[in-house]
Amino acid sequence: MKLQKATEFALYAVLELAADPQRQLTALDIADKYGISAHHLAKVLRDLGRAGLVAAVRGVGGGYRFAGNAKRLTLLDVIRLFEDVGGSADAPTRSPAPDIAEGLRFVLAEIDAQTVATLRSISLATMLKLSAHRPRESATDARPQRRTASRVR
Amino acid sequence: MVRAVRADSETAIEIRPATPEDIPAVIALDQDVTSLLKTAYWHDMFDRFGAQRQDVRFFLVADNGGRIDGFIIGEVRAWEFGSSPSGWIFAVQVRPRLRVRGLGSRLFATICDRFRAAGVDRVRTMVARDNTVIQSFFRSQGMIAGPFIELEMRLD
Repeated sequence: MKLQKATEFALYAVLELAADPQRQLTALDIADKYGISAHHLAKVLRDLGRAGLVAAVRGVGGGYRFAGNAKRLTLLDVIRLFEDVGGSADAPTRSPAPDIAEGLRFVLAEIDAQTVATLRSISLATMLKLSAHRPRESATDARPQRRTASRVR
Repeated sequence: MVRAVRADSETAIEIRPATPEDIPAVIALDQDVTSLLKTAYWHDMFDRFGAQRQDVRFFLVADNGGRIDGFIIGEVRAWEFGSSPSGWIFAVQVRPRLRVRGLGSRLFATICDRFRAAGVDRVRTMVARDNTVIQSFFRSQGMIAGPFIELEMRLD
């Protein structure tokens, strides 16, 4: 899954700020850390501010601080501020369609539904924990130890 | 072995193996949450997971001064489609007004200790895709998607 740049920057910013809600960071601080465009990030932070996820702190030493609830806000909440994901999972079926088109739509909807469920189940707090203590193997690396149907009744 | 867990500010909650006397309370708690009365099901669950092979099957309850406020059930399973022995959790419940206070985490941690003691190094579960509450709970414990995918087919 590839996210748009603005979405990716928003996740960096929100997670960075949520890691320490008392801390204020400027767009430049965050941009430097992640090696991304400060100009683009500043625009993203304004969008996050309008959505109430971050608050701008004015004056010397100002910047942004986290303004949400890290245990309640999910990755999907942040992503959907910037782009649509899992669109086909929610979309009404257009009919009638040729069988092949319908079949493809069914499979793509299955993938989208899984994506949405995953992003919806990971809060910012959980994401921060996962970042700090990454599992030794990723879901895509893990393989069943034996790849045979060893127990089919 | 009965394992006492830390006391919170109000009362000590003990995580311990279920006994036959706990099952009516388990049934009532489940009914409170699901609005479904499943008497025979829970008695059967106790017979299968609380009363035999207790080295690899675990039916644990959270005993809050005589009131059952939560439970978790799991077992060590092996060699299903190539999966080496691992802990499987297939039921967890916490009284709704006590949620997000760490009781679910304590139940989870305790059954994981039991799995480790049984010699496995991995714990698995399966949850409904649209059950965000339970999926978020397991993710908050550190669980991630594993290498297996659940598949199904209608038979009618």
